[in-house]
Formats: sequence, C-alpha cells, structure tokens
Amino acid sequence: MVNLHISPRGEAKWVRGPSGLGASRAEEKGASRLACATGAVRFFTRHETRDTKHGFLPCALLFLAVSVLLNPAVAWPQESGADRASGLPPAAAGQVDFSRDIAPVFQANCVACHGPAQQMNGLRLDSPERALQGGYSGPVIKPGDSAASKLVLLVAGVPAPGHKEGLVMPPAGERLSAGQVGLLRAWIDQGARWAEAPKPAVAEAQEQSPAKSSHWAFIPPRRPELPDVQQGDWVRNPIDAFILRRLEAEGIQPSPEADRNTLVRRLSFDLTGLPPAPEEVAAFLADERPEAYEELVDRLLDSPHYGEKWARHWLDLARYADSDGYETDQLRPNAWRYRHWLVETLNRDMPFNQFTIEQIAGDLLPGATLRQRVATGFQRNTLSNREGGADLEEFRTEQVVDRAATLGTVWLGLTVGCARCHDHKYDPVSQQEFYRLYAFFNSADELNIDAPLPGEMGPYLGTRAEYESKRRELLAPLETEIVELQAAWEKRLLETEANPGRDHLWDRAWEVLGLVWGGGLGEGQLEGQRIVKLDPSRRTKDQAERLRDYFIKYGSIIDKERYEELKLKELGGKLAELAKSYPKLTRAPTLVENPRGRRTYIHLRGNFRNRGIEVAPGAPAVLHPLPADPKPNRLTLARWIVADGNPLTARVTVNRAWQELFGRGIVFTSDDFGRQGEKPSHPELLDWLATEFVRQGWSLKKLHKLIVMSAAYRQSSKARPGLEARDPDNVLLARQSRVRLPAEAVRDASLAVSGLLNTAVGGPAVRPPQPESVIMESYDVPWEVEEGPDRYRRGLYTFIQRTAPFAQSVTFDLPDPGRTCSRRERSNTPLQSLTLLNDPVFFEAAQALAARVLTERQGGLSERIDYAFRLCLAREPDSAERDRLATYLHHQSGILDREPDNPGAMLPVELEGVDRNQAAAWVALSSVLLNLDEFITRE
Amino acid sequence: MDFERMTDLRSRRSFLWDCASGVGMMGLAHLLALEGRTADARSSLNPMAPREPHFEPRAKSIIYLFMSGAPSQVDLFDPKPKLREWHGKPVPESLLKDLTDTVLKGGMAMGSPREFKRYGQAGMHFSDYLPHIAPWADDICMIRSMYTEHANHHPAQLMMNCGVPRQGHPSLGSWLAYGLGSESQSLPGFVVMTSSSGKGIEGGASLWSNGFLPSTYRGVTFRSQGDPILHVSNPGGVSDRTQRARLDVLKDLNERHYQRTGDVEINSRIAAYELAFRMQTATPELTDFSRESDDTLEMYGINDETTRPFGTNCLLARRMVERGVRVVQLYHSNWDDHSDLNKNLKKNCDMTDKPAAALLEDLKQRGLLDDTLLVWGGEFGRTPMNEFRRGNTPGKEGRDHHPYCFSLWLAGGGIKGGQVIGETDEFGYHIVEDKIHVHDFQATLLHCLGLDHTKLTYRHQGRDFRLTDVGGKVVRKLLA
Repeated sequence: MVNLHISPRGEAKWVRGPSGLGASRAEEKGASRLACATGAVRFFTRHETRDTKHGFLPCALLFLAVSVLLNPAVAWPQESGADRASGLPPAAAGQVDFSRDIAPVFQANCVACHGPAQQMNGLRLDSPERALQGGYSGPVIKPGDSAASKLVLLVAGVPAPGHKEGLVMPPAGERLSAGQVGLLRAWIDQGARWAEAPKPAVAEAQEQSPAKSSHWAFIPPRRPELPDVQQGDWVRNPIDAFILRRLEAEGIQPSPEADRNTLVRRLSFDLTGLPPAPEEVAAFLADERPEAYEELVDRLLDSPHYGEKWARHWLDLARYADSDGYETDQLRPNAWRYRHWLVETLNRDMPFNQFTIEQIAGDLLPGATLRQRVATGFQRNTLSNREGGADLEEFRTEQVVDRAATLGTVWLGLTVGCARCHDHKYDPVSQQEFYRLYAFFNSADELNIDAPLPGEMGPYLGTRAEYESKRRELLAPLETEIVELQAAWEKRLLETEANPGRDHLWDRAWEVLGLVWGGGLGEGQLEGQRIVKLDPSRRTKDQAERLRDYFIKYGSIIDKERYEELKLKELGGKLAELAKSYPKLTRAPTLVENPRGRRTYIHLRGNFRNRGIEVAPGAPAVLHPLPADPKPNRLTLARWIVADGNPLTARVTVNRAWQELFGRGIVFTSDDFGRQGEKPSHPELLDWLATEFVRQGWSLKKLHKLIVMSAAYRQSSKARPGLEARDPDNVLLARQSRVRLPAEAVRDASLAVSGLLNTAVGGPAVRPPQPESVIMESYDVPWEVEEGPDRYRRGLYTFIQRTAPFAQSVTFDLPDPGRTCSRRERSNTPLQSLTLLNDPVFFEAAQALAARVLTERQGGLSERIDYAFRLCLAREPDSAERDRLATYLHHQSGILDREPDNPGAMLPVELEGVDRNQAAAWVALSSVLLNLDEFITRE
Repeated sequence: MDFERMTDLRSRRSFLWDCASGVGMMGLAHLLALEGRTADARSSLNPMAPREPHFEPRAKSIIYLFMSGAPSQVDLFDPKPKLREWHGKPVPESLLKDLTDTVLKGGMAMGSPREFKRYGQAGMHFSDYLPHIAPWADDICMIRSMYTEHANHHPAQLMMNCGVPRQGHPSLGSWLAYGLGSESQSLPGFVVMTSSSGKGIEGGASLWSNGFLPSTYRGVTFRSQGDPILHVSNPGGVSDRTQRARLDVLKDLNERHYQRTGDVEINSRIAAYELAFRMQTATPELTDFSRESDDTLEMYGINDETTRPFGTNCLLARRMVERGVRVVQLYHSNWDDHSDLNKNLKKNCDMTDKPAAALLEDLKQRGLLDDTLLVWGGEFGRTPMNEFRRGNTPGKEGRDHHPYCFSLWLAGGGIKGGQVIGETDEFGYHIVEDKIHVHDFQATLLHCLGLDHTKLTYRHQGRDFRLTDVGGKVVRKLLA
C-alpha cells in the first residue's frame, strides 16, 4: 500500500500503491486516495493502527528515520514539541533562497495546475501577489507562520481546515520530500519573500481575459451574407438559402413540399399544439390563393392556443410543478399564477428581451407592476423541503444554486451548474464565477403577494371593514395577554436564533417556524422568520397579522399552561373560520430583494457549510461585461443577459425554436453550447437567425413565422431512398422530420378529435382521472378527480405533483420537474401502447369519437370511415386503408355477435338509429385510429 | 446479423418482437446502415434488448428490498450494550464534536431493549425482532459501516437510489436497464413494488425515475391495487379477441404508413404494441399463484394478513426473476420511528422478516440465488440516542435520523455470505472500520452485475453522468 523509496539523490519519498478498503473517496478525482497521506501524523489513532497489517506503521517510522538520516540538503534541528503535535516535518535551518530553494519546487510540483495555464481552486503559485492572495478557500501562505499555512499542511498531508480529509498536494505523482517541506516552512517562517520580481511564463493578461476563447459560441454572432444557390426558385426566405447551399454542396435535392393536408396538421400542432378541425382543413384545401398558407400561419399565431403550446415548452425549462417536492411534497395552490402569466405573455408576444428581464428581475423594475412581479414566479419553481429536521439554510442554498444553474441553461445554453463544486472541466467558467452568478440570486427572498384576479378587488375591499371589525372583536378579550405572550415568544425565538444549541425545544420552534410557514399554500418558507426579525414598528399590517395568526396557532411553547388557559388554539380556529368566510385575494409567488442582502462565499466542493472566500456578484469573464452599475443586482444581471454583445442568448433561443419546429436543433445539444456540446449543423444559419431575431425586436411570433414560412419547413417528412443512409438523423434537412407528439398533445389530440376537449384558456391546475394507485406512490397527497368539464382540460393544466407526477404524462416523457429541461426525450414503449389502448381516458375518447362519427355522419360506411379519418388525421384514407377498416368493422361486429355482454360495456349509451353491436364495433375502430402511429405523430 | 436466426423467426409473433429481424424484413438495408453508424446498441429499434455487460457478471438480476424511512440498526443488527449502561445519560461530547448537523446532537443515550443472538459461522448478530432471517446468516453479508451524506429522507433516499441527493437523475434500476437491457421480452425489465405499514415512501416515484435517460428505462410500478401494470387489462367489454383484432388492424395500418413514410420509428411502435400485448398475457400468468405449492405460499406468509402485502411482493419478485426481469425493487414503508420505536419497529419486522427470509430461502433452493443479487436496507441509520426533536413521551421513545453509520445486508450472486463487514464505535455513533460510502456500495452492486461503474455513463448537458457521480470504489471484501 505504501512503499518507501530512496531516490538516487537520497531523498525519501512516499509512493502510492493500490489501496485497501476504507480509502478516501477522493480518488476518482485523482486526489489522494490513501490515509497514508496523513499517516505520518495520525498513525497513533486507532484507525491508522489497523493498517499495520499492511505494513504501514513500520513504513512510516522508517520514513522518519531515513529522512532524518539521509537528507543531505539541510541539517535538521531538533524537532520541537509543537511540530510533533502538528505532524509537520520541521522547518529547515538556515537562510532560504527563494530562487534556489523554492521556485524550482513550485515549478516542478505545483505550477502545472496552479499557474498560467490553469488555476485550480483559484490558486496561482507563479506570482507573489496571487500566491499570497490564495485560492477559493482563502490564503494558503501565512508569512511568518508556516505551521498555520495551508500550503504547508497540504503538501505535508496534514489535515487542513476546510479541506477534505486525506487531501494531499500534489494529488498525483510523487510527494514532496520532508526536506522540501522543511524548506517551504523555513521560507514562510522567514517571511515568504519572493527574491525578485517574478516573471510568469505567460502574461497575466491572458488569464484575466479568457474571453479570447476561440470556441464558436463565445464569439458574438455576425450577420452572414446570404449564400448564392443554384436552385434559387426553391428559396422562399433566407433560411432556405442556407439550407439549400449545404444540400447543393452535398449534392442532395431538398424534398418536395408536403401535401396540404400534412401542412395544415403540422402547422396546427406546431403553433397551437392541437389538431386542426375538419372544417379548417377543408377551408385550407379549398383556398388555392398563394397567400392562403401565410394567412393560415397568421391565424394560428393569433390563436389563444398559441400561448398554451409554447408555454408548455417554456415550463419544461422553468421546471414548473404544482407542489413543493421532497418528502411532504405539499401543494402550491398558487403556482399556476406564473403559468397563467406565461400563456398570456406569449399570446401578447412580449419581446423576448423584456420577457427575460421580467422573469429574472421583474420585481426590481422601476415601478414594477403586479404582472412584472408575478413574472418572477419563474424563480419560484425550485423545490422546497419542509421535512422535519431539514436544514433551512441547506435547502435555501439548493434553491439559489438551482436558480443560477437554470439561468445558465435557459439563457446561456451553458452548464454553469457544473462549476458548483469545482471549476468547470470543459468551459471557461470557474467556480468563483459560478458563485458570482449565484450571488445575484443569493440576496433574493421568496414572497407570495396579493395578486388579485379580475373581479376580486371589489368584493374584497367592500367587505374588509366588516371583516376587520369582526376579527378585532374575536381578539379583543385576550388582546393584552396575546400581545404580552407573543412578545416574549418572539424575544425568545430571536435569542434562540442568536445562540442555537442551548435549548432543543426552542431550536426546534425556530426551525419549525421556517419549515411550516405557509406550507400547503406554497408560500416562501423563510418569511415567518424574517418577520420575527423585523422590528414590530416596521412590519406591514399584513405581516403583523400573519405572524399573530401563526403565534396563536403554534406558539404554545412560550407558556403551555397560559396558552391552554386562554384557549388560544380554539381562538386560532375561529380566526381561520372567519377569514375563510370573507372574500380573499388570490396570491402569487414572487421573488423580492432582501433589504439587508446576503454575503456570498464560495462553497468549497459545493458544500454550503464549507465557506471559501467571499465573492461579489459578477459575470463570467469569458462573456461580455456586465453593464456599469455601482451595486449590480438581479436587474443588472437580467439586462446583461439581453445586452448587445451577448453571444449566446439569441442563438440559444432561436435554436430552441428551431428544435421545436424541426424536431432537432441546429445545435443538437440545445442545453449545452459549450465545448462538450455538439457544433451547429448550420452555423451561419444559426447566426443569421439570431441576428434577425434581435433585429425583429426579439419577437417570438415573428421568429416562429419566419421559420414556418420557409421552404425547408414545408418539405415532406417522408424518408427517401439513399438519403437515409447518408443522413440518418436528418441533420442536413433535405426533408422535414416525423416527430412524436409530446405527452400533453397526445392527450389533447385524443380529446379534441373526439369532441371532449375543454378549450378554456388559463386558470388553476386540474386533476383529471388517473388510476388511484398512481398517487399512492407518493408520501401522502390527495388527488381529487375533477367532475365536469375540467376533466377534459388540455394537458398543460394537469396538476403536476412532483413525487407522483401524472402517469400518462410520465409515460410519454414528461421531464422530471426537479430540474430544467430544454429537450425532451421521445421514447417509444409498450407502456405507451397500453395507455393508448386501455387507459379509460383514451377509451372514453374512442367512445366519444365513435358517437361523434355515428351521429354526425348518417351515411354509409365509407363516408363514416372517411370522416373519422379526416377528424383524426386531417386526410382521406386511401382505398387500401378504407377497405382494411371496413373489413375490420365487419370482423369486429362478428366477434361482438358472439359476446352478447360486451357491446353494452364498450359503449354504455344507446345511439339512436344505430345497432348496438355496430356502435360498439365503431368504438373499437375509433380506438384503433387513436392508436395509429400517425395519429400521435406530427408528420 | 445471424441469417439463420432471421429466417427462423418468420412466425408472426416472434417476428414482431425481435425488432432487429422484424425490421430486417421490412428494411434490412436500412437496419444495416443504422447498425454501422451506431456503436451504441441502444437504437430505437429495441431499447430493451439484452446487452453485453462490461465483464463476466456474478449476478444476472437484482432484487433490492428497500426499507424506506430507515430501520434502526441499533435495534436489529448492531448491538450496543454500552448504550444500556449509559441509558438516559448524554452521550460523551467527544462523539459529537465536528458534527455540523445540530439536530443529531441532542437526546440521551438509549439502550436497546432488544435481545441479540449470534448466528452462523461468523456469529452474526440479529435481534429478536428478526427470527426468520437470522438463521440464514451464512448466506448473508452484513455491512455495519454504511454512511451517507444526508439526514433528510428524500435527499438520502435519492442518494441511495440515484446516487445524487437531488431529483432528476436516473435510479440504479434505470441505469441497469439502460446498461444491460432485459432478458424478458414479455415483462418490463425494471419493476417496482411497494408495501406499507402506514405512511408512504418519502421520495415517491422519484426513486425509480429514469431521470435524464429515456423513459424506456423508468421503473414500471407493479401495483397492488387495480391493474398490476397500469392499463394492462382491457377496457370494459374488450375481450382478448377484440384486443387481438384491434392490434391486427392497427399493425396493418401502421405498416402501410411505414411503406408510405419509410420511418423505422413506426416499426418500433409496432413492436411496442406487440410487447404490450404479450405483457397483457404474461402479467396475469405472473400474478397467478395457483401453481405455487401450499408450502411456498405459507413460507412467504401469503396466508397471513400481516405478511401478505410484502410476502406477495417477495413471491412476485422471485417469479419475475425466474422470467428474466433484470431489476426488481421493493419498497416497504415506513420505518421512520421517531417515536414508539419498540412497537413500530416490531410491526415492520413482523410484516417483512418472514417474507424476506422466504425469498432468500426460495431463491436458494431453486438455484436462483447464484445469479440473483439480493439487498436489504434503508437510506440511513438511526441515532443511538432517543429522539429529542419532538419531545418524548416516556415509554414511547424513538430514534432520530443518523447518516454517520447504518447497517444493511446482501446475499446471492457475487456476494461472500457469512461475514460481517465494518464496525462502529461502542455507542454506535461513528464507524471505526471499513467505511463504505453509498457510492462504493453502488459501484459494488454494478460490479456484481458485470458493469464498471465508471464506464456506465450517459451524456447529458455536456457531461457524462454516472450512478456514482464522481465517487465510488468497488468494495472487494464483499465479493465472493
């Protein structure tokens, strides 16, 4: 496990061998794997002693002996008592010369990782200023005190505060000899003087401006010239020139335009997420004017369902859900306010730059409107842990990390979250820079605000006076006692916060105030504690009232006897009853700035308890500079995101639009534009689109229109002989792609064609039917199935319970709402088949479709089959399909003739003028149509 | 492609599932092109086709009995007589220094009222609450030195199941299904079953999530209420004949559309429907215990109300493994005994001990244990002190969460039974020997199934993710 080697120069070194059980888990990162690193210090402890069977103890002792005997460089003084205790080799005696004794040690062992090329953990050892400044964990050299210098501790393998146990530097290769450590010690003890002006091998400037990164995504897009193409008549807009030029270079012909049935269905799904009604299809087919296509596009862009379709995509990015997550996974009954804002805002085509600013910092805009504050609900979709015993700061930190990481993915297309624990391994984002982004969000607090819906304000104001006087009446008899007890309770809580660990019950009371505050209402967890900390004179009326209610409900700890005597619990019940019987204002989750702010430190190895150096809010150096601002805050950050010179945001945004409209982004890894991501298939097109997007005022609708108007978009999606072998993933876009519908659209389409869909836009989440066993998977949450038309709302509005998400959505690849997602998987599984075949929701759709076809078309079999086909697929069947379905219907009736009980079960209602078996056979046929691959595919 | 095999598979049923040959019929040229271009065998054709492991596996399947809520190791596996001496007194301050987690510092030492006996050649300890599993000590590898990083249920359960204390990452079963596919072509490759003594599982469905892997690899819940697999039974009025007729016409129309569009994805859709149909047949066969002997039913406790829920799951687990299911995850909740530990712990032991022992015995007697890995354990341990967070009612004490050490056991494929690994201090507070981190444990499980945990990766958001995050080391001592 450990061997002692005597080098030709007579220096003793540790050399690592294979380790045994109980090794540090650092090894995967290439850091030290053995306790032996610290063995010299700690071999008297029980754990290390056990290693003697591997020969460790004798080795270590031998090492000390040999080191002392053989080190020729420096005469060793007597080891001091302090050194023995610290476990450090003694400092060398005599004057140390930096250039002769120290610089070569740094150069040979340290500078590769802590020098001009990279600065791991922020440390650089090739310049005096930077070396003395230290790294993320703070200074590593304490001039005059080598035993307290982390540099020495780490090279000697002695536990250093804030560093992981067993860490030794350098982490791989040969260790420093005891003699070398002694020299370092002596140098530091003598003042850590650099002998001469240092000459870093590479200019400092280079490190300071990694912005010179040559990676394509960090270079701002420039609007390219439109390329020349041979088949100019194919080009409908500039997009096509870029696509065609590449195809011509490859010698590939683009595909012909898809037939008009396909086009209308494709456009309808892509722009509204819904299938076209047969009348819409018929109207489009009949309209032979050249402008018919554009008019269809405009009509769909104006549809209120446009916002619904594109909101769903954005909600994946926003990791939206209607519950807290974690064990208790309590409800967030007002989370929908953000979604509602989103649908409305997309329908109004708010420019994407403003859209961005409002979701990151709407609350900080001068004179922020209610809508703008509601927009910050984007940031409130992080998880909240209300489990007893949860560390509030730990989970607040998780939220802040998630906000910063999500910002990186959504707006920058960068995996900045990777730099949470260490400098990014591939992209120029250091850990320090991650915490600079983090700092913008660290000073924010969660706050739910009154956000009245239309019509709520009048009744609310009209009844306020009465409500308040009734409330006063209830409180009046005990007012004095309550005020007195509550004051004592608050005082004690504040003392507890300042001095935790003295009284567990009070510690617990303080913790619980944070854990349960606003639970089940989706309110910010820490608001209660914040109010307690606020001087009573500075509390708003609402804050004072809510804290009072909390105290009355949960404050018994201050004086159990008095509390019971005064019957405060009962009073709390009455107050709640009273509040319930008066009109309220609907609330909305938002973000606000904490007036006192919070200091931000690097979390060493991503652990919030392990504080490194303090950092200020700032932008990664590789990107454009932050707008000048003496006190940069989230608004500065938001403006930086949409500022000129940002090479990423416009590209990332147009790429996602492209992905949604072609099934694949120009950059396939739409969540990663960094070095690990894929390169753009059409870089010039991407840049042209990005610049055009900005030129058109960041309008998403114009962007979507631009893309769907192109000839490239209108191509047929059919595979072509030869083409598949050359371009199996359809990167070159010599055709459109067939794309399975997303989970919500699968549901919506079935409900729409069968006539069941409730097309109401906006509003709270609903709980459509699903098997009871699904919700039983979670800890303890209810699922009360809607009665009436809310059963048939669009999938967008289905309640998302994080620990037991809606089964049908999950089966069709709803992403885990625990983290942001920019690109859904599209799987193809037997569970999807079982769902479409047998799920009562889909079978009900089949029943409704059958009834619809049978009642709306009284004619013959062919006419009915054709109509059903048009409803489901927006096209006529060919004769083979028609014949096959007719044969099937006959066959199915035959089966049902022999199963007298089944027809009634398949369609419980009688249809006038239709034979029962026939009707049931039609249910089966309808179900077949709803299961067709084509039905759940956008062609 | 093996041409013999292809021609062999002309019968319609097998033709359709073995996707490779199914597509071969329809577009062999395309398939070859596809295979030539993807080194990764996980094509869209049959994402669950069996795949070669990295090296010779010791186990083909795994049955993981996850004890949600954290059973008390101090009262089941790791006796601490010292706690009786110190009962009611604060534990020595030296145990608590350097702890960051304040909630774990309070409480008084709480001796276990349990009686422990030693079993098997290794003298493995089991308490009197586990009379059924104890005699199998010689097959069991007991670990007393597990530790984790979180003291809250959901993060710790995610850590144990998915390797990361956050939602959104694939679970062990998903990784295995992704890495190895499934031997069964009529049942899902990764099945989850739950049972409960009261409260549900803290982590819910996130514990068998596919995370960022395709949903093909998500754990399929086998449910005790309603359909075992969601929607596996036909809707009202739909007979098997109707179902078959529906599928036949559906297939014909899908094939016609394939001819029109040339999209191979349609073929995998057809294949998925055929597998769905086979699942509809295989599931009732699987859940039909009528051919199990009375002795077997008795052994699993199927006839006893207390043991029936977990016993049924255990018996189903054996039947699934027999039929080639790769991963069977059982979750039993809830062992979170903050109060009234003696009573609640007994209740959970009574529900699970006999069936778990029966599963081990049954696997062994059928020769299945050799290539089935069996695991029993929770997400962390419980404190040697009594619970203080919620105050205590005398006689109804419980224990709090304890991430610094806990016990779990393994048996079967690749595991060296009859040994106790690791040791905790005399108070059962810290590990003094053979610390095993969750990632080490997970690396070892993957190893038993023939996978190198550092090589089983998936590229997501610019990074190659794996179950063991950036840690993990195979614990050789556990291996046979």
